[in-house]
Amino acid sequence: MARAVSTRRKLAVTLIAWGIGIAIFFPILWTILTSFKTEAEAVAMPPSFLFFDWTLENYHEVQERSNYFRHFLNSVIISVGSTLVGLVIAIPAAWSMAFVPGKRTKDVLMWMLSTKMLPPVGVLIPIYLLFRDFGLLDTRIGLVIVLTLINLPIIVWMLYTYFKEIPSEILEAARMDGAGLRQEILYVLTPMAVPGIASTLLLNIILAWNEAFWTLNLTAAKAAPLTAFIASYSSPEGLFYAKLSAASTLAIAPILILGWFSQKQLVRGLTFGAVK
Amino acid sequence: MSTAHSRAAAKAMISPAVLLLLCWMIVPLSMTVYFSFLSYNLLMPGMEDWIGLTNYEYFLTDPAFFAALSNTLLLVCGVLLITVVGGILLALLLDQPFFGQGIVRILVIAPFFVMPTVSALVWKNMFMNPVNGLFAYLAKFLGLAPFDFLAHAPLLSIILIVAWGWLPFATLILLTALQSLNPEELEAAEMDGAGSLSRFFYIVLPHLARAVTVVVLIQTIFLLSVFAEILVTTNGGPGTASTNITYLVYAQSLLQFDVGGGSAGGIVAVVLANIVAFFLMRMIGKNLEA
Amino acid sequence: MGQISLTQVTKSFGATEVIPPLDLEINDGEFVVFVGPSGCGKSTLLRLIAGLEDVSSGAIRIDGINATQLPPARRGLAMVFQSYALYPHMSVRKNIAFPLKMAGLPEDERNRKVEAAAKVLNLTPYLERKPGQLSGGQRQRVAIGRAIVREPKAFLFDEPLSNLDAALRVNMRLEISELHQSLKTTMVYVTHDQVEAMTMADKIVVLQAGRIEQVGSPLDLYRAPANQFVAGFIGSPRMNFLTGPDAVAVGAATIGVRPEHLSLSTTEGRWKGRVGVAEHLGSDTFLHVHIDTGNSMTVRLTGEAALKAGDTVYLSADPQRIHRFNANGLAIA
Repeated sequence: MARAVSTRRKLAVTLIAWGIGIAIFFPILWTILTSFKTEAEAVAMPPSFLFFDWTLENYHEVQERSNYFRHFLNSVIISVGSTLVGLVIAIPAAWSMAFVPGKRTKDVLMWMLSTKMLPPVGVLIPIYLLFRDFGLLDTRIGLVIVLTLINLPIIVWMLYTYFKEIPSEILEAARMDGAGLRQEILYVLTPMAVPGIASTLLLNIILAWNEAFWTLNLTAAKAAPLTAFIASYSSPEGLFYAKLSAASTLAIAPILILGWFSQKQLVRGLTFGAVK
Repeated sequence: MSTAHSRAAAKAMISPAVLLLLCWMIVPLSMTVYFSFLSYNLLMPGMEDWIGLTNYEYFLTDPAFFAALSNTLLLVCGVLLITVVGGILLALLLDQPFFGQGIVRILVIAPFFVMPTVSALVWKNMFMNPVNGLFAYLAKFLGLAPFDFLAHAPLLSIILIVAWGWLPFATLILLTALQSLNPEELEAAEMDGAGSLSRFFYIVLPHLARAVTVVVLIQTIFLLSVFAEILVTTNGGPGTASTNITYLVYAQSLLQFDVGGGSAGGIVAVVLANIVAFFLMRMIGKNLEA
Repeated sequence: MGQISLTQVTKSFGATEVIPPLDLEINDGEFVVFVGPSGCGKSTLLRLIAGLEDVSSGAIRIDGINATQLPPARRGLAMVFQSYALYPHMSVRKNIAFPLKMAGLPEDERNRKVEAAAKVLNLTPYLERKPGQLSGGQRQRVAIGRAIVREPKAFLFDEPLSNLDAALRVNMRLEISELHQSLKTTMVYVTHDQVEAMTMADKIVVLQAGRIEQVGSPLDLYRAPANQFVAGFIGSPRMNFLTGPDAVAVGAATIGVRPEHLSLSTTEGRWKGRVGVAEHLGSDTFLHVHIDTGNSMTVRLTGEAALKAGDTVYLSADPQRIHRFNANGLAIA
């Protein structure tokens, strides 16, 4: 199937592809570069690309003035926390649907998906009021609850598609070998599904990290994750480009790296297994 | 495939997930429905009155609603058009053999991982700003007057910002679909005398149809609820020029504290989303059988 | 001990009855083979015995104890699956030790038993490997090892050889038979391959559409098939069936003659025909003969035969070796 491609053609494609790739990536690249400039250089005309005095001053100041690390920690706790809670709830559910399918399994799956389609704004007010009344506004635990619920359908679906690929004979073998339900899930299913569980974990951390409706509406200063922290730069601090860039770089770097690792699973997770 | 034991266990194991989601769906949604029939403002507590459909009447006849509705549609369709067409072209390009495929792929998908608030602020300040933005510099460099994107073309600007974030998603999925195309099909078509254009239209495009549908439907869900990009760039303005339904409901309920009116808007949003969801569910349901 | 008895067992999936009421006795130490075409319910029956499926009605007793409601783990049976169902993330050692671990045996005892089993099955050099690094035959042995370490009351085999290539299959067939002779534990073995059934079984259960067509020793079934289905299913090449005047003459609707019970002559005989295809296997020759009456028959000749397509031949059969069936396909004694 692989056929010889002329070198000239390959070079041409290389040139175009790299050009487009860099153009698409450019805003991120520019942000990273600007984060190392002084404020004066950041708005200098003409802009300097690489030849400027590199400085870490902005990073220092972002941490000093607005306590970046605390928001980073909030993001970690909220995204990892909601994903882990989601997995604990979803693994048994996905086991049920993948290995003991009933007449209604498909309906349940579709219904779960449909909850994901409920526009958040449709329940914004009650959630806001309930949170206010239960003292959950601007708390990490509150956001963990909400993000667990909004991502639960995706977690269940992803796990379901991974579990479906495990032959049920192996679980039956475990049953014949004397394993109870708990042992069957703990010793056989979970270790076999580790790659699937890991990519589910990764994708959901990414989704939760970048979630910007509930995090903006339900937090203020205390529990604000990075999405809300960055939003506070909308004005007038946003005009300090170098600091905005430093804060932005810090906010996207961890997830960018995670994301690059999970690009293959991303497709499958986000299309509910419809495209593999 | 199962015994009474395992069926009972299955029921027990699935119920936490089902119950939680059921609560998440029913409790707040029924509260929203209830509020939508009340005259309820957070600034005037204790004054809640049952006013029937008045909130809906106000919301649906408000000119802002029509502006928001058309903005929502423009936003969704604009982004879809850019990402699907761009995604197909990019996928075709990245599917060719060239040097550094892996790195370019990584560069192209990166924007998807950028949180909406960051991408909106970076575009707004560092690129689209009429004084210090790179675009303004480019315009001056070319001898043109700088254009104030967010003031004069707010919706288009937001469409571009959002499309930048979703283009990688479309590209990645279409590329995956493209790579699952059996090369023998293309070779057979070539043997049958099909040129590269006919191969694209008769073989490649039909093969991508399912992936394109998935991209369209999934993006639609997310695009209907675009919020952060609007909040940090234009606040829906100038006027209602870049207000979508989500932002309108947010503004009504959390900025004007009109819970009743906001709830009515929320229910309208739910109804609109359900119309879209209906098609998505049928689509994914079909794929589930395949 | 390993005596299994099924009384009036039925199984339905929704409205479809897969197994109509069925009775069966499996004696201790017996090698019982369930054989039948695919979809005949033989695997379902095995899974009912294993407890992987509930019976819809009826009772299963193991060693006289009612096991109908017991979960698989508590029936004391071991099963070898068609796909072997090895745990891919565990080494061979851990795979074989898994049932012992579930039974709560201490580690040193587990190791002792695993190593003993590995020795019997020639798996000692592979104990630390993962199933993915083994050949098909080795995986099969691991699956058997996992079954034997726990010293079950009975072994259940679900088409265990169908994923192996032909040569290996013959080998494993022998190994399983030898295993049975040395362990003397009850074995219930499901296959669609009548050669496996004939070579391994003490007792064959022929199933069709969930019903037992006949139970008996391999030679019983071969010599005296109870009906046309069993007659056609057991024996290779297949029994020849003739209808029409030949059958009516002996008071039957159909008669059957096995290919090896036909004798051939070039000068005279009961049926005159022309050779269609001749298959020369060296040890045997199979001739497909078109009889002048319109039927065709297969003849099995020992050794080499110098016949080829188009030759005219005459066939005859020992009347003792002709099976007679009535209009319902039942054998006429």
